[in-house]
Amino acid sequence: MGLVLQFVPYSEIEELGPARRVNKLLDMAKQNKIVLLEGRLKKEEEADLIAITMEEINNKFKGIELAVVNPQKKKEGTFLKGIKTAFIGTLLGDRQGFTIIGPATVVKQIRNDPGKIELLMQDTPAPKSRKQKKIK
Amino acid sequence: MVANIIKKFMNKVLRNFFKKKKQVKLGLYGPPNGGKTTLANRICQDWLGEDMGSVSNIAHETREIQIKEQITIKSKGKELTFNLVDTPGIATKIDYEDFIKAGMKDREAKTRAKEATKGVIDSIKWLDEMDTVVIVLDATKDPYSQVNITIIGNLQAREIPVLIVANKVDLKKAKIKKIEAAFPQYDVIGISAKYGDNINKFYEGLFALVD
Repeated sequence: MGLVLQFVPYSEIEELGPARRVNKLLDMAKQNKIVLLEGRLKKEEEADLIAITMEEINNKFKGIELAVVNPQKKKEGTFLKGIKTAFIGTLLGDRQGFTIIGPATVVKQIRNDPGKIELLMQDTPAPKSRKQKKIK
Repeated sequence: MVANIIKKFMNKVLRNFFKKKKQVKLGLYGPPNGGKTTLANRICQDWLGEDMGSVSNIAHETREIQIKEQITIKSKGKELTFNLVDTPGIATKIDYEDFIKAGMKDREAKTRAKEATKGVIDSIKWLDEMDTVVIVLDATKDPYSQVNITIIGNLQAREIPVLIVANKVDLKKAKIKKIEAAFPQYDVIGISAKYGDNINKFYEGLFALVD
């Protein structure tokens, strides 16, 4: 089976309430899709996502791997750049950055170092070597 | 600027309020196998002379919230009394097959996985109950995991004071600097909960957190 990467623009979740947002994303992950969300959830929604994921775990669905990339967190060198970043952050809010949600049966681990994101995929039964994808 | 000053003032007022409360809840949070229960046992042994819970190399040994009430610690003439809350490790995935690989039987592994999922939910629910939190991280592991960031982000959103403990510094692979770099806005104290290394500095850190 091929790998499905589902892109979700922020506009698709913008109008939804917290529970519906989380359930929409989780439903996609449960269909074995790797979800790439434009922007990010609120911190409370991230915690809800983990809690609801736990409720859904069974013999087939083992949970998720989650990573949030937030460019606002990167420290800028100068005061002016700092103001610029803060201004853009105020304008864009949660639209900034992106979120990756992968089903644990497909994605073994997401390493989110400051400079890069690594998706380590689960070994499929046939090939023994581990596949690795890098998004820079 | 003004908002920051008001925020700091309100935080101080709230912290003073918590200090005067009879039952301050100090939560131990973090991913599974970071050493939360080992630290809870260290605190309880140091100040009560008894253990709090069982520890294991297999993840999710603590699957229920555990509370030890009225622990009073002393340092440099000061006293601090709190209810210690040891929480199940927070994870985004739980696979009963991992427990089978660790040597458990099928049924036992499935039960443990089921209880572990409930434990994670309880830990998240209890975030709102905490007055102050110690995040216990395994210093040999990558600190940039989303679970760590989500827990800390949620505590920050609730304005709950946080101290980060880099546990297992007795191990060669421990990298405190990496944890400090990942969470520069917080105090990080390197300890070995198992052997008690640097534990006095940890107690001093607790006083600094609630002062």
